Amino acid sequence: MDNKLKLEVITPYGELINEEVDEVYTTGAEGDFGVLPGHCAFMTALRIGSISYKKDGQMHYLFINRGYCEVLNDRVLVLVGSAERVEEIDIERAKAALARAEERLRRAQAGETDIDHARAQAALERATIRIQLATKLIPK
Amino acid sequence: MPTLRDIRKKIKAIQGTKKITSAMKMVAAAKLRKVQDSMLKYRPYATKIQQVLADLAGAIETRGDVPPLLLRRPIKTVEILVITSDKGLCGAFNTNILRVAHKEINRLKGEGLNIVLSVVGRKARDYFRRRDFQLKNVWTGISGKLQYTHAQMIAQEMINAYVSEAVDEVIVIFNEFKSVIAQRVVINRLLPIGRIDLEPAEKSTFIPFTYEPRAPELFAMLLPIYIEIQVYRALLESQAAEEAARMTAMDNATKNCEELIRKTTLIANKVRQASITKELMDIVGGVEALKQSEG
Repeated sequence: MDNKLKLEVITPYGELINEEVDEVYTTGAEGDFGVLPGHCAFMTALRIGSISYKKDGQMHYLFINRGYCEVLNDRVLVLVGSAERVEEIDIERAKAALARAEERLRRAQAGETDIDHARAQAALERATIRIQLATKLIPK
Repeated sequence: MPTLRDIRKKIKAIQGTKKITSAMKMVAAAKLRKVQDSMLKYRPYATKIQQVLADLAGAIETRGDVPPLLLRRPIKTVEILVITSDKGLCGAFNTNILRVAHKEINRLKGEGLNIVLSVVGRKARDYFRRRDFQLKNVWTGISGKLQYTHAQMIAQEMINAYVSEAVDEVIVIFNEFKSVIAQRVVINRLLPIGRIDLEPAEKSTFIPFTYEPRAPELFAMLLPIYIEIQVYRALLESQAAEEAARMTAMDNATKNCEELIRKTTLIANKVRQASITKELMDIVGGVEALKQSEG
């Protein structure tokens, strides 16, 4: 049971994580899943949300944008548009983004046409998840 | 003949200009390094995505389900994305690309196709507005603080237009960074995706993956990322090319200043000598006149 998983998180800004870990959990296109050493070869798309992994008995959390995940030979490869460690989330910024997105959606409903509804919706989703993660998981 | 004081003033002014242009060159060089750094960082992501997609494409090729982004249809409307900079003072960077873009638009129009135009950068916006072109999308303020989200946004816009069949082809025109002294205007097709370029796959043996969702759906879900990385690459290349062009332009300007200072200093020296000679002649003349009146 001393098998380890190799977790690699790669974004367009470079490699965020390249570590030996024990467990990985995230949300795929068809629901949450967890990876332990010895997992079968597996490919899925990732939703906006989070990745958590256990290393040396401690859980770590990441916020991720949508992307792709591949599990092969005890190697978990995650390719996402952006990712950040929960400790690095700027709550103030996320809250500002949330307020902005809400304001946009409200104005769109009021009939303003030059607002991209889908984009505001996505921004809202990202901000909400960021805030949830940050407030729930950052040890006070 | 300008006075010595005027010329000295002019030299001071040119020296001031030279300081500014050489500082701008340094700034451009620093920015170029930053962009090159992000290009380097982005590369592993891009190659991995391409590999994955190529593998997936291989896995589903036989089944005959073609995702909409790969589907070709008769071309009636073409969307052109032109990428320029927001700021000037970068030599022929914007002129080159706008000339090529304009020519390409005319060529496609000549073939009887409808053109939809989207631009990145203030320079392209101004250029096409002045010529009364309709612009579908305008993105400005990207250069300098380029983020992957910008590419996602633009890609999404293009994909929406393509899937809703508002346009049948999307091409992107941008400056490619060849080297610090050379940029090349490139015209690439973004949609439909022809073939996915890739490095030879490293996995030689077939691996029985579990796909979730099934491979064709997964493939279709990941294709937008392929568009995103293409757009991101174009934006990065364009930025690097812009800073490189600015570096070269500012280097030339600095050299020009040096040359001007040299020439103007020469004139200043001549004027100075001429005035000394004149003064001497006046004195000598005066002395002669005194001598004659004495004698």
